[in-house]
Amino acid sequence: MAEMVTLTIDGIEVKAPVGSTVLDAAKSAGIKIPTLCFLKEINEIGACRMCVVDTGARSLQAACVYPVSEGLKVVTNSPAVREARKVTLELILSNHERKCLSCVRSNNCELQQLAKDLNIEDIRFDGETYDFCVDDASPSIVRDPNKCVLCRRCVSMCKNIQGVAAIETMERGFKTIVSSPFNMSLNDVPCVNCGQCITVCPVGALKEKDDTQKVWDAIANKELHVVVQTAPAVRVAIAEEFGNPVGSRATGKMVTALRKLGFDKVFDTDTAADLTIMEEGTELLGRIQNGGKLPVITSCSPGWIKYCEHNYPEFLENLSSCKSPQNMFGAVLKSYYADKMEIDPKKMFVVSVMPCTAKKFEVQRPELGTDCYSDVDVSITTRELARMIKEAGIDFNNLEETHFDDPMGDATGAAVIFGATGGVMEAALRTVADILDNTDHAEIEYKAVRGVEGIKEAEVEMGGMKVKAAVAHGLGNAKKLLDKIKAGEAEYHFVEIMACPGGCVNGGGQPIQPATVRNEVDLRAERAKAIYVEDESLPIRKSHKNEKMMKLYEEYFEKPGSHKAHKYLHTHYVARENYPDDCSEGCC
Amino acid sequence: MGCNCGCVCVDANAEKLSEVIEKYKNTEGALIPVLHEAQEIYGYLPLSVQKAVAEGLDISLAEVYGVVTFYTQFSLNPKGKYKIQVCLGTACYVKGAGDIYDKLKAALNLNDGDCTEDGLFSVEACRCIGACGLAPVIMVNDDVFGRLTVDDIDGIIKQYKDKEIE
Ligand code: SF4
Ligand code: SF4
Ligand code: SF4
Ligand code: FES
Ligand code: FES
Repeated sequence: MAEMVTLTIDGIEVKAPVGSTVLDAAKSAGIKIPTLCFLKEINEIGACRMCVVDTGARSLQAACVYPVSEGLKVVTNSPAVREARKVTLELILSNHERKCLSCVRSNNCELQQLAKDLNIEDIRFDGETYDFCVDDASPSIVRDPNKCVLCRRCVSMCKNIQGVAAIETMERGFKTIVSSPFNMSLNDVPCVNCGQCITVCPVGALKEKDDTQKVWDAIANKELHVVVQTAPAVRVAIAEEFGNPVGSRATGKMVTALRKLGFDKVFDTDTAADLTIMEEGTELLGRIQNGGKLPVITSCSPGWIKYCEHNYPEFLENLSSCKSPQNMFGAVLKSYYADKMEIDPKKMFVVSVMPCTAKKFEVQRPELGTDCYSDVDVSITTRELARMIKEAGIDFNNLEETHFDDPMGDATGAAVIFGATGGVMEAALRTVADILDNTDHAEIEYKAVRGVEGIKEAEVEMGGMKVKAAVAHGLGNAKKLLDKIKAGEAEYHFVEIMACPGGCVNGGGQPIQPATVRNEVDLRAERAKAIYVEDESLPIRKSHKNEKMMKLYEEYFEKPGSHKAHKYLHTHYVARENYPDDCSEGCC
Repeated sequence: MGCNCGCVCVDANAEKLSEVIEKYKNTEGALIPVLHEAQEIYGYLPLSVQKAVAEGLDISLAEVYGVVTFYTQFSLNPKGKYKIQVCLGTACYVKGAGDIYDKLKAALNLNDGDCTEDGLFSVEACRCIGACGLAPVIMVNDDVFGRLTVDDIDGIIKQYKDKEIE
């Protein structure tokens, strides 16, 4: 156990471990100190001074970085402290573009909440208001510096956790801005569209490109057959948008809501996750048996793919050639399903609901689709779906539960766990072990690849060989793992990489929880728990046992890795420049 | 690129820059001294130079650009042969330096930090240069002009243009 010290906060004696902060200690004593820039383990830089307290020192101190010490006396609620916090907040508000009524973060905005908590009635300062241009050129991310409070959480996320460093604090003084170099658009820099910056932003300065109108338009268009597919992580998070606790499952209600929105069919992306396992498993076995390029690295996460294209072109050949489940499913819908239902694929409109902002970039990659149509027409995030449900006046919490539509139906537990880090690996192992050992293993839970540890490794005996696997989530971890492989310090057969920390459950398109929640609850772990409960609840938990998917092969794709499968279900990648050679005018 | 002379010096500059990067590569806090020397070589720090620095020091371009824009001594734009600095310190400001600044930009058809097409003039704002008694003040390279009014500006510009013609 850590060494403890005793301090007094507002007259209450508190014991706290050495090395913890006054903020931690106050929390344990039930005393709330307001914060803005602080985000546990991500941004602990003491920049905003919202959290000041009186420690008896000459000036007030930032509680989020002030260490506890024996005998320390802290006052968190004196007139001077309250006034200092108010002044700090009013200064921030004085040049903030205060347009709450039309702001996507209204009601889920930490700045708005602070203004309420601190009882701000009037703003005593006349700040010069900014007039920065809004960067909306990226298909995924919209950056509005006029609402930025310069907390730097996004900078830390992008640089320290994701290892991308596409954004930084630029300029100084009044001109200070968080942006990309030379004020380039996020569309022109090595941003991978992961959206992790959005999920940590306390305000509306970063948001996803809203594509809901395109979906409404398609639904309203009587000429179109509009189908929707939903990724596994959406069902364990969307309920948060309707006031439910983190980790609530809402699969059946979500399906009902989608039907009520007017989609002609509601399908589960998981069907394609099962397909991915068949295709990727076949690819893996093929490469092991024929001396192909190893390790095979998963290709489900479009943020990871773009990161690889920018930073590790030498690994492009390792990537599985499988399209991501989203695009695989789009392709299945516009080929097999269109054929079966006798619908012209050009008259079909496929919407995907994803936990991911990078999927918006992915759907417009020219290689994903045919000349006449793209696999998926529009990709929206969990947050956008929640907005549509609200806009339509649907009472989500009181909906009945229904099932996904045939001919695809419900998928397997193996597909559901794609939503958490280690899930693709585990799903693949479930199938590959059965194939190699030619049996139906009862032991199917590979716990070594589960959990929030940054890099996980496993060695599994099957078919008389040891299959070596590694899993990384969060691109900073991916970088570490790839550097190890590159240096020859580690060898694997199969590697799973997800761009987002925790995998898709914590994707950049998921419901945003404020710091007050994030500092207490590990979103990655709680949402993953719901994923594994869903897995256990399903009657079939191995991809190759999904009968409806196997029928796809019988009726259309022949067998995994067939010529036809390659035509529709596989793709290729391109190396990308990191920055343009020339930039004349920035983003506007 | 770095110079307007159209000769092979670009490559020579690139070579010099990689020598500089090599020299500092493994030292703590290499970025600022490297940027200083890069600016000496090129006269300013365009995208291509910042990219080379970022690559050479294995840090992000965003970090390099953040530092370049934080410190006023670094410049993103080429400087003119005659570099005009307008003091916007308090003393000069209250005596109308803002108007002088606007007049200069209008007379040369420039934005802050830019350089005229013929490469002769650049205009930028600066902080107090310690000549408050002469406020408002501008500097053209090392020449100081004080107690200015807006009407003096055309004459000063002409003075340097004439110098060129000679
Ligand atoms: S960011 Fe917050 S405070 Fe600012 S306009 Fe949006 S809701 Fe209002
Ligand atoms: S989307 Fe991801 S890569 Fe792009 S700026 Fe945000 S955190 Fe960085
Ligand atoms: S964009 Fe958001 S997260 Fe980034 S510094 Fe501004 S307010 Fe903070
Ligand atoms: S300084 Fe403590 S929350 Fe920002
Ligand atoms: S304020 Fe201009 S010289 Fe001091």
